[in-house]
Amino acid sequence: MNKVLAIIKKDIVTELRTKELFSSMLLFALLIIVVFNFAFGFSVEILNLAAPAMLWIAFIFAGILGLSRSFALEKEGNAIMGMLLTPTDRSLIYAGKMISNTIFVFIVGVITVLMFILFFNYDFVSTLIPMIPIVLLGSIGFVSVGTLFSAMAINTRLREVLLPILLFPIIIPVIVSAVKLSGEVLDGNTIFDASASLKLLIAFDIIFVTACAVTFEYIIDES
Amino acid sequence: MNPSGFVANLIHMIRRILFILAFISIIASVYAAFIYAPTEPKMGHIQRIFYFHMGTVWVATVAFIIVFIASIMYLWKGTRKWDILAYCSAELGVLFLTLTIITGSVWAKPIWGTWWTWDPQLTTTFILWILYIVYLVLRSSAGNDTKKAKYAAVFAIIAFIDLPLVYISARVMRGISPVVFGPGGGGISPEMMNALLINMFACSLLFVVLLLERTDLERMKDAVARLKMS
Amino acid sequence: MTNSSTNSDFDILAEELKKTYGNFDALRGVSLKIKRGEFFTLFGPNGAGKTTLIKLLATLTAPTSGSLRVFDYDAKSEVQSIRTIIGVISHDTYLYENLTAFENIKFFAELYGLLNIDNRVSTVIEQVGLKSRMHDLVRTFSRGMKQRLTVARAIVHEPKILLLDEPYTGLDLNGAQIFGEMLSDLKSQSRTILMTTHNIDEGLGLSDRVGILVKGKIVFDSPASDINPSNFKDLYISNVEGS
Repeated sequence: MNKVLAIIKKDIVTELRTKELFSSMLLFALLIIVVFNFAFGFSVEILNLAAPAMLWIAFIFAGILGLSRSFALEKEGNAIMGMLLTPTDRSLIYAGKMISNTIFVFIVGVITVLMFILFFNYDFVSTLIPMIPIVLLGSIGFVSVGTLFSAMAINTRLREVLLPILLFPIIIPVIVSAVKLSGEVLDGNTIFDASASLKLLIAFDIIFVTACAVTFEYIIDES
Repeated sequence: MNPSGFVANLIHMIRRILFILAFISIIASVYAAFIYAPTEPKMGHIQRIFYFHMGTVWVATVAFIIVFIASIMYLWKGTRKWDILAYCSAELGVLFLTLTIITGSVWAKPIWGTWWTWDPQLTTTFILWILYIVYLVLRSSAGNDTKKAKYAAVFAIIAFIDLPLVYISARVMRGISPVVFGPGGGGISPEMMNALLINMFACSLLFVVLLLERTDLERMKDAVARLKMS
Repeated sequence: MTNSSTNSDFDILAEELKKTYGNFDALRGVSLKIKRGEFFTLFGPNGAGKTTLIKLLATLTAPTSGSLRVFDYDAKSEVQSIRTIIGVISHDTYLYENLTAFENIKFFAELYGLLNIDNRVSTVIEQVGLKSRMHDLVRTFSRGMKQRLTVARAIVHEPKILLLDEPYTGLDLNGAQIFGEMLSDLKSQSRTILMTTHNIDEGLGLSDRVGILVKGKIVFDSPASDINPSNFKDLYISNVEGS
């Protein structure tokens, strides 16, 4: 457990120093929202309908950007090898990277929601608070698989291009359920009004955190 | 490298027989679907394509289950034969699933009036198809690189586990809660059932023959690469 | 034939190690015995399998066949034990550019599960002569300083065995000299050291024994005292070309 904390601490210290991940992710999310706005011609009806989808597309694209960068940093100077040389269980390395990535993506997600509330005049309290658990569950689901796949993608010729190709079809359940849940919240309902989606999202998180922790060693270790 | 003469001959003979059997059963399946089976009263002749549709989707399902199991075995044992099996089976799975989607669309156009709808089953099938194409992209770019072959295996496992969740989400998306599998039963005449079984059997045999040939080819490629190296 | 399980004089005991990547045989049966406290240098051209051998010894990858014991631990079943007693220095730094020297070494010390970490980290950084730069970002270090910090990373857990994979790569003359002095220090602390290099000008003076690895096989193995340094170049070339 101390080892997991050490990895998380290392990632957070690095990020606080460089602010690389945050700035690029946030800027990207913001840009997507702005571009959508133009594309929909500022029509309020369309925006209201498309709002949840827009939010998650912005959020996931930004997240993918952050995930690729996160493993690229491990590859600089091949520091990941230094980690692999230590007597640390590979699933602990996965846990550390996954938790720190989740923290980053979650914070970016919350800020994206804030920008959203600001731009589109949603009620602050009644929107933000119920959105937080959705963003958290969505982040976990998306980062669980994303951490595994970004470790893969970094070692291939296609690199950053490969990650979204691998990730998108797999995280369809996350996107669908999170969009559905966000839709309920933006319509003024609670997340329990879409309990099937909530269950699906939680199930996805549990299944894939486990599956990815188990398979991570095959990705990260040399063959 | 050759197994002893007798065994080799036996294997060769069995494969010859399989090949001939597959050929005969394909002809039989065509006969069964187009001539033997009665015309469905509501849909008419177009319903006959359903026999091939079911045959191919059945084989694709089996193929993807093989990919899943072989990928687990490959990660566990690390032997190349499991990798080859997973790769070749995925290729055939995608091929058969493509046929499923095409036959399904051809059937759907006159019956539903559209080539495609986004109902949960079709959506899931479509994502299934995408997932295994992504797998093939990943696997074929790996070549002989064992590390990347492992990536593909991990992806295959994750994709397979994902499928039930994709299906549920496709239902959630459309807000459909109950689902009835199949045509509801009872509406199929015994002759139709026979034609269906013959088609499924023929497709299965074809799959086995193709899989054997395909894995052989891959093994030969390995042998050639080895000779080139030394 | 000696029985490996009773042979604790040897820190590294490899028998018929083979490693195949797909269709490529990186190692084709390497047998190697290195005594406790011995400094062994393995020369070989690029692509001979030097890095693969180091990776096997460092348990970063498993052999395709053959047996390997490191510090009397079995490389298949006692991987984590081996990881606690080996240190690896490579041409890559294995360091985080955006962390300070102290944070870097502390991070790895935590992963090794060390106790009394802060003291140990300061000591080891002092030992490699970077005390004054302890709280500077690694990004600002020269190549030579990074390599010294790499040594600190590799010895923070006081490993019994050091594996050096082309450690001189990218060091300038001055850096190489400092690094050489550090190596002889490490050697005097009775550690077992295995170094690989493709440059025959490096390491011969420090070694107790030298070997030559060509195309995945060790083709030459002799005590360093039996070798006349002035003839070594010819010896090396004839071995590399002869196989």
